[in-house]
Amino acid sequence: MIVAVVIMLVAVGSVVFHVMSPWWSTPLASNWGFIDTTIDITFWITGTVFVAVILFMAFCLWRFHHKEGRKAIHDPENPKLEWWLTGLTAVGVVALLTPGLFVWSQYVNVPDEATDVEVVGQQWMWSFRIPGADGVLGKSEVSLIDFDNPFGLDPNDPDGQDDVLIDAFEDLHLPIGKPVRVLLRSLDVLHDFYVPQFRAKMDLVPGMVTFFWFTPTRPGTFEILCAELCGVGHHDMRGLVVVENDDDYGAWLEEQLTFAQVQAAARARTDGDVKLAMDGDEQGLTRLTNLD
Amino acid sequence: MADVTQTGDEFIAPAEVEEVELYHARSFWTKYIFCQDAKVIAIQYSLTATAIGLVALVLSWLMRLQLGFPDFFDFIDAADYYQYITVHGMVMVIYLLTALFLGGFGNYLIPLMVGARDMVFPYVNMLSYWVYLLAVLVLVASFFVPGGPTGAGWTLYPPQAILSGTPGQEAGIVLMLVSLILFIIGFTMGGLNYVVTVLQARTRGMTLMRLPLTVWGIFVATILALLAFPALFVGSVMMLFDRLLGTSFFMPSILEFGELLEYGGGSPILFQHLFWFFGHPEVYIVALPAFGIVSDLLSVHARKNIFGYRMMVWAIVAIGGLSFVVWAHHMYVSGMNPYFGYFFATTTLIIAVPTALKVYNWVLTLWRGDIHLTIPMLFALAFIITFLNGGITGLFLGNVVVDVPLSDTMFVVAHFHMVMGVAPILVVFGAIYHWYPKMTGRLLNNAMGQFHFWVTFLGAYLIYFPMHYLGFLGVPRRYFEIGETAFIPDSAADLNAFITVAALIVGFAQIVFLFNLAWSLRRGKEAGPNPWNATTLEWQTAETPPGHGNFGPKLPIVYRWAYAYSVPGADKDFIPQNEPPAGQGGRAQPAAAE
Repeated sequence: MIVAVVIMLVAVGSVVFHVMSPWWSTPLASNWGFIDTTIDITFWITGTVFVAVILFMAFCLWRFHHKEGRKAIHDPENPKLEWWLTGLTAVGVVALLTPGLFVWSQYVNVPDEATDVEVVGQQWMWSFRIPGADGVLGKSEVSLIDFDNPFGLDPNDPDGQDDVLIDAFEDLHLPIGKPVRVLLRSLDVLHDFYVPQFRAKMDLVPGMVTFFWFTPTRPGTFEILCAELCGVGHHDMRGLVVVENDDDYGAWLEEQLTFAQVQAAARARTDGDVKLAMDGDEQGLTRLTNLD
Repeated sequence: MADVTQTGDEFIAPAEVEEVELYHARSFWTKYIFCQDAKVIAIQYSLTATAIGLVALVLSWLMRLQLGFPDFFDFIDAADYYQYITVHGMVMVIYLLTALFLGGFGNYLIPLMVGARDMVFPYVNMLSYWVYLLAVLVLVASFFVPGGPTGAGWTLYPPQAILSGTPGQEAGIVLMLVSLILFIIGFTMGGLNYVVTVLQARTRGMTLMRLPLTVWGIFVATILALLAFPALFVGSVMMLFDRLLGTSFFMPSILEFGELLEYGGGSPILFQHLFWFFGHPEVYIVALPAFGIVSDLLSVHARKNIFGYRMMVWAIVAIGGLSFVVWAHHMYVSGMNPYFGYFFATTTLIIAVPTALKVYNWVLTLWRGDIHLTIPMLFALAFIITFLNGGITGLFLGNVVVDVPLSDTMFVVAHFHMVMGVAPILVVFGAIYHWYPKMTGRLLNNAMGQFHFWVTFLGAYLIYFPMHYLGFLGVPRRYFEIGETAFIPDSAADLNAFITVAALIVGFAQIVFLFNLAWSLRRGKEAGPNPWNATTLEWQTAETPPGHGNFGPKLPIVYRWAYAYSVPGADKDFIPQNEPPAGQGGRAQPAAAE
């Protein structure tokens, strides 16, 4: 009997743990409430089956365990029962899949009004690029990357000149309530842009640009984690997203440098270096320092 | 369709082929070392798999120590940790579970259960083991090369796997890939044997629809493996070329710590498709033999036929077929074309239907049975619970949009450990308690078995059930340490410590099991030829343990299916498959199932 009781307790205990658990999804900070709803639906349907099957098992163990004189029935098959069970399971599967695919179609179809933000990953840091006034990100190429052009932007592409560059270890800011299409680019290995409160995530794959979209709905500062093993520093690849109102966002954006500004500074610095090398005077050094 | 319950009044065709003379080993060397007897090969496979499995167990302790008590163990750094998870995962999935179910149970049970004297190609079968052993040794060697084994994660995703940001980039990854290639070569030699033996070497009267489900499970799993492993084989060869020859199958134009590499034009996602085209069927390569074995354990120990035998066979076949069209559900957030999500979510959830049917039929087998709560039965029951739990969380991860927040979190770790770690391993234990008496002639000790069962089952459930909730919280998998992270409460660290303690206890309980295996070899209770009163052919051999050639001078003739338990009118509660019917019409005919 003890076996039947323990098995019953496994089912009951699992349900109790689920209800009492202090470990649950972080409070939502994006438009993806539908994902949470789909999880809830899945819990209800599958939880019912889980408990029902285990309780049935426990009942059988309690009722039909071996004792002197007990004889099992001979019951090879029961096609009617099996088809009924198959049908019911199929209904359950449809009930899970329908909301799932419905929400997925929202996930893969980016709204037209979404603005782009580029996330660039490399071992083991995040940097970001925001299209300037033209709303278009300039072309980029891994082979163009050097010290003065860490994003590998094409200097001859007019679209890229006003792109706002947010260097590694700086925070990304986003305005609240505006849908964002996140374009993901990796310079070396696979990474995954993951902010638990946003629910959405996607891998960064070198050699291609991947995407997902979301709308931040709650102001605050959220941690970015890497969710795709990317080498020995994987767990340290962190960043921050700050979601704020339009005014604060606008003010922050004003302070950031565009690609054109960064290029100009780099050219000036190169000139400064040349000058410095030629006369080695204090002035050149001052000029170089002032640029940064 | 054959009448599944018929008791044997039908005509049995005479043997078409004369019996083939087996190779008779005479020296110790050919009898126990370079042996061609499938039963000895089975034990060689099992011992090797268990030995390397113990390495994986110790690695899991080390990684749990780090997760449960970060900052406490100075000797574990991030590179070590990633090497532990990689080798642990690879060993458990391939070198332990695949080798044990197919090389171990497949070799031991297929010839005995189908009524054959041995595998059809005994010499190739022997080679299969030795190549497998070589693969294991190459894997072990990677611990002793500069840089150690690869730490790329068991999925070995490029470009990371072959770049210097990953531990083991120098030699570890090369040895890993070579070892996989060897494993697949070795497996193919064994796998062809299992399939051909089931198809060609069944004894007279053993129709396909009279095969025990154990054989069905191993048979279909082997077919899956023969079709799926080649994808891993080519993936491994290509990555080896990328690493050693500088080809760019999987390598786009990229940087390595700021330096532009000479790669270009390859696709990292291509490798993921190849890997999971193998990787998903691999789940069923492990699960289908477990399905089959557990069906037989339930039937024997509940003294009742398996419920819905034909549905169970077709479910195995359907699951096997569907397992080839679901692979990209591992890649929902990989950056592949997002429209694939619709297709793979649909196929993935469809596979739940035959799988659920199997679960229903297992529990319905208990209904109005005569349930003996033996140790094999306990493990079978625990399998149903853990498999049900792990299958259900699979419905979360398979349903593409639910996978998005959960993928790459501890939820995934909990899910696949429950469904393809705990559940199949519980079946392995149940099967060992069940067939050990046939392999040795003695029963395993019951008290040690009870202890082993309860600690393993409840402990494993306590490890993995709460772990799902760390995933909901958003704790990513493959993190050496979570560090200061605002959204993760301190209580998560307590849960991690609890899981670690539970894992250590469950791990140490396995020592009792190993001791039981050794102790019972000499001191166990004499089992006799058929201690469980089972119907299948392996319990009807002339000798226990069965000698070379399995069945004495004459092969058995099969008159009925494998599930003639508690047949009305029979004087015992089981009728062996090879027992001739008691004269025409001399026995009461049970109601036919049609």
